[in-house]
Amino acid sequence: MTKLNLTRRGLIKTGAVAGAGLAAPQLLLADGHAGFTNAPTGSTVTLGFNVPQTGPYADEGADELRAYELAVEHLNGGGDGGMMNTFSSKALQGNGILGKKVEYVTGDTQTKSDAARASARSMIEKDGAVMITGGSSSGVAVAVQALCQEAGVIFMAGLTHSNDTTGKDKKANGFRHFFNSYMSGAALAPILAANYGTDRKAYHLTADYNWGYTTEEAVRTSTEAMGWETVAAVKTPLTQTDFSSYIAPVLQSGADTLVLNHYGGNMVNSLTSAVQFGLRDKQVNGKDFQIIVPLYSRLMAKGAGANVKGIFGSTNWHWSLQDEGSKAFVKSFGTKYGFPPSQAAHTCYVQALLYADAVERAGSFNPCAVGAALEGFEFDGMGNGPTLYRAEDHQCFKDVLVVKGKENPESEFDLLEIVEVTPAAQVTYDPAIFGGDLGTCNPGA
Amino acid sequence: MEAIILQFLNGLDKGSAYALIALGLTLIFGTLGVVNFAHGALFMIGAFCAVTLQKILSLSKVTIDPTKTDFLGNPAKVKTPYVQEWFGPDVGAFIIDWSVPLALILAVPVMIAVGVAMERGLIKHFYKRPHADQILVTFGLAIVLQELIKYFFGANPIQTPMPEAFKGSFDFGAAVGIDPNVIIYPYWRLIYFAFAMVVIGAVFAFLQFTTFGMVVRAGMADRETVGILGIDIDKRFTMMFGLAAAVAGLAGVMYGPINAPNYHMGMDFLVLSFVVVVVGGMGSLPGAVLAGFLLGVLESFASMEAVLNTLPGLNQIIIYLVAIIVLLTRPRGLLGRKGVMED
Repeated sequence: MTKLNLTRRGLIKTGAVAGAGLAAPQLLLADGHAGFTNAPTGSTVTLGFNVPQTGPYADEGADELRAYELAVEHLNGGGDGGMMNTFSSKALQGNGILGKKVEYVTGDTQTKSDAARASARSMIEKDGAVMITGGSSSGVAVAVQALCQEAGVIFMAGLTHSNDTTGKDKKANGFRHFFNSYMSGAALAPILAANYGTDRKAYHLTADYNWGYTTEEAVRTSTEAMGWETVAAVKTPLTQTDFSSYIAPVLQSGADTLVLNHYGGNMVNSLTSAVQFGLRDKQVNGKDFQIIVPLYSRLMAKGAGANVKGIFGSTNWHWSLQDEGSKAFVKSFGTKYGFPPSQAAHTCYVQALLYADAVERAGSFNPCAVGAALEGFEFDGMGNGPTLYRAEDHQCFKDVLVVKGKENPESEFDLLEIVEVTPAAQVTYDPAIFGGDLGTCNPGA
Repeated sequence: MEAIILQFLNGLDKGSAYALIALGLTLIFGTLGVVNFAHGALFMIGAFCAVTLQKILSLSKVTIDPTKTDFLGNPAKVKTPYVQEWFGPDVGAFIIDWSVPLALILAVPVMIAVGVAMERGLIKHFYKRPHADQILVTFGLAIVLQELIKYFFGANPIQTPMPEAFKGSFDFGAAVGIDPNVIIYPYWRLIYFAFAMVVIGAVFAFLQFTTFGMVVRAGMADRETVGILGIDIDKRFTMMFGLAAAVAGLAGVMYGPINAPNYHMGMDFLVLSFVVVVVGGMGSLPGAVLAGFLLGVLESFASMEAVLNTLPGLNQIIIYLVAIIVLLTRPRGLLGRKGVMED
């Protein structure tokens, strides 16, 4: 057995070394600052791309990373410039950001809040990242946003759809371009009323976490307002893979509509089960049984295969849009990678450009100056029509797409068809309804 | 009443998967004494045999169709599967449609080869090591296998649909003259249950009625004596590992249309299957099957809306609750043999 010889001198030495070690991250933070965290001093600036590289959303993370790499290429003057050519702001010149060449580091969120925070912290403290962006989950977005607020860097959220990200958990240093659950509900409701009528009985299956709750609430509020009745709302564990025991009771409930508040693998499996149980072939209450998926993504639609045909949902963006910005982005991305970008890739690419543009307009990397440049910023040419970065909650307001699984796809990418472009005004809400407090921007250092 | 019947049916197909995996686990434990945490990965590899065959059958000849354009506005590439080129559009489409049942033929030799390679290449070196070492090494192997699958097939689920003929669901209510649309159950899940019963029956018959099976059973009871009689029991046990791998693989192939295969599906079943083995009784093949179906049915009943409204989350813990109760009252499990894992 080892005997521990603890002396006063030894204790002081150990304490000094440990103290220096603990202080190191703070020293790194303070290194070269000009009043804010990680102020770039050389000829380069480092951005941190925090995306799921492993775990259930790894494919979406890979697409996000492709989009960021394309954005960096365009910012540094490479490639065809993509959306920089269609962006209404002309501050970006293709010479980096404020003349500094853009470099980047990547982190793996693993779609776990603790892992995402650890990788973001590492990029800020060790790599000197001046901005963190990315992610494919609301839980991760809320956790990393809070970390960035504490650390004094800007967080440009990736794919996060929960109302909470820019609602009760909003932060002054955090900004979201992606739409949210409320917008999905507001955009979907009129389309559902027009196609399925105003007298429906809905059964909700809801993923048992933050995003699921806000999505269920948004869809319930919107559909009940137009006359639908919610007969049941059942929470399903996030780890559930076989949904048969949740699907089986649906017909017995008297419901004629099933709303799947699921995303990713959950949605693929629950929709597959629902189709296998023949729900869509049934008639209930004298009506054809219908299934609704409030949040769609092309990657999910690919996973669900033919099961998505004819099913309504909403999405932030789709590669088949014919505006100049979307066409420019699809051309750049498709030429470089050989397939069209996903909505996750789009929002991440746009966020990278919006950040860079804000820095150029502010003339500084200081997060408070960048935040001020983004707040209330109106822009166009980025694929969603005229868009506002609302100052009150740092949420983008733009058109929302209602889509439907395509009946006769012409290619492996042609899975969703746009049935309605819902104007931004129809999905805009009072920022006070979700509570929360932005607080004040934190420049760190 | 209808809800109970429905959840009972649900439990049978869920229990089928638990029973098939637990059966393989018990075969390996009973013969080689190894606690194989890579067994879920074998189930997953089986499912990916179906994915692979589907991809092979879908390999296509690419031609340019100047009348159509792709997403970039270039002339579109039109893919025609080679099987449709070779056998005609109808026969080719039929072969692709039946890729999951056809994958059973592919899966048997592949899974036996994977199982034997796993046993000879790695696990045999851990026979005399503590169970903790075996668990660590097989768990590590499971992670390696699932990461390999993720590397080659991606992280997203890949649909492996059942043949068109088996799509849809059977309306029990309409069949027996009560309310239609109330007790419906997908054809493929009924087939999965029937398939599981056939496989389980075949394994039991093989062990019970063949000379090979008799020697294996003798080896499970008293390995040393069988060795003294001049029988190479190790070789037979290796083959049993291959058989157990094949059972898990076949279960995975047929499970593909129920839930789209993904790299993590083995892990999803592994822990539950171990609980099934423990509840059934370590080393007991009938115990594994009985516990598989029992826990599958109980888990389904616990998912009923009325139960969840009273005890939220019960369906997530019911299997573990039952395991605790069984082990407290019958420490060897339902049909456990004396002396197994008791040294």
